[in-house]
Amino acid sequence: MALSKDEVLAGLAELVNEETGLAADAVQLDKSFSEDLDIDSISMMTIVVNAEDKFGVKIPDEEVKNLITVADAVNYIADNQ
Amino acid sequence: MKIVVTGLGATTPLGGDVKSTWEALLAGESGISTLQQPWVTQYEIPVTFAGQAKVPASEVLTLQECKRLDPSSQFALIAAREAWADAGAPDVVPERLAVEFSTGIGGVWTLLDAFDTLKERGARRVLPMTVPMLMPNGPAAAIGMDLAARGGVRTAVSACASSTEAIANAITRLKSGEVDMVVAGGCEAAIHPLPISAFAAMHATSRRNDEPEKASRPYDVNRDGFVMGEGGGAMVLETEEHALARGAKIYAYLVGGSVTSDAYHITAPDPEGSGAARAVLSALEQAHAKPEDVVHINAHATSTPVGDIAEYTALKRVFGDHLSNIAISATKASTGHLLGGAGAIEAVFTVLALKERTAPPTINLDNQDPEIPLDVVTSPRQLPEGPILAISNSFGFGGHNAVVAFRSYE
Repeated sequence: MALSKDEVLAGLAELVNEETGLAADAVQLDKSFSEDLDIDSISMMTIVVNAEDKFGVKIPDEEVKNLITVADAVNYIADNQ
Repeated sequence: MKIVVTGLGATTPLGGDVKSTWEALLAGESGISTLQQPWVTQYEIPVTFAGQAKVPASEVLTLQECKRLDPSSQFALIAAREAWADAGAPDVVPERLAVEFSTGIGGVWTLLDAFDTLKERGARRVLPMTVPMLMPNGPAAAIGMDLAARGGVRTAVSACASSTEAIANAITRLKSGEVDMVVAGGCEAAIHPLPISAFAAMHATSRRNDEPEKASRPYDVNRDGFVMGEGGGAMVLETEEHALARGAKIYAYLVGGSVTSDAYHITAPDPEGSGAARAVLSALEQAHAKPEDVVHINAHATSTPVGDIAEYTALKRVFGDHLSNIAISATKASTGHLLGGAGAIEAVFTVLALKERTAPPTINLDNQDPEIPLDVVTSPRQLPEGPILAISNSFGFGGHNAVVAFRSYE
């Protein structure tokens, strides 16, 4: 059964916390990964790969550059489950 | 030009910093214990103990630092930061600050974890930081970034002689006039099933599994190999002129550093000890000193049957009858053998011995090998007043010999 966007957000926040130590509740839809959350490309790749495992989706490398905000990632994952 | 030591740092099986390590060493403690990791039984590893860092790096560094740095670099950063703070964290011209920081093996955990990931989960799961984490210059590079050292960051790799060679190389950098300060030292984090199994396969390591704290026993008749340790050591070195100008606290002079090679055998020491003896003599020559000036030696003394005798033979060649007057400390008895970090922590001990006028003890010497009639220090021993000289030896697979000499600062 597909996860709701809230569930994807919660799961993604956990992955961000594991990789960066950021509090999960800091990971909000309107936040930019690089500007607001200070996540660099290396951490982003790790989060993406872990998200693929966690949510059973494929996130091609060329798609990663379009995931600017948390909402971008949540929408992509929710739509491609 | 005179070179002085103005900062010390260490994280070892005895303690998470210099002070706790030195106190535990003087107290005759052992940093060696049984490994509790499941892989020990899973892979039927014949050696079940080691000297693990007393304070895990994860208790000192941030999560992000731990994720981005191999354990070897984590130890390096902890030791270097302590040494730098101890030196007063001076404002320096970045282009005049260099790093000479070694490891024997490098990022072995990163490399082997990444290979496991590749085999089990495919190429896409291999972490993007794998290469910078596994490269042997990773520890030096991490320190260079942290301290903004732009005068050159280098890594000498010569197995267990590596970090003594790094300190010797620092002399060359300072004497070139290109830099004013060098952060020098070394680290190792190889308590991983593969290196342990590999050292066991060549019968280089002790198998005293039922008494791990007694396993590292240099010069004892019942020694049966070295004990692997992990951690790192660092020292801040600078020209005396630079140190005095900034009002730095000075521990000791670094008066000599020499590197020679045996070209004899890939792992066995030259039984004649000629290469090791040349390294000692050359270090003393740089110090404008005679063998009779040496009062203390921190020996390489790994607790292998062959190695301890070979070092004795080399020392006898250099010092002759004076050898019986020299207080010998074999501190690997307490710390285990930190491989590429060994020379660094032993140089720290040598500097402290001069500064505190105290040679540290060698534990586990229950029955001294009659073929090695050295004056081994078994409880803290006071060193003489006045200007005194001490050396620290390191030798490594590949026939590497490295020796550094320090003189007390008056």
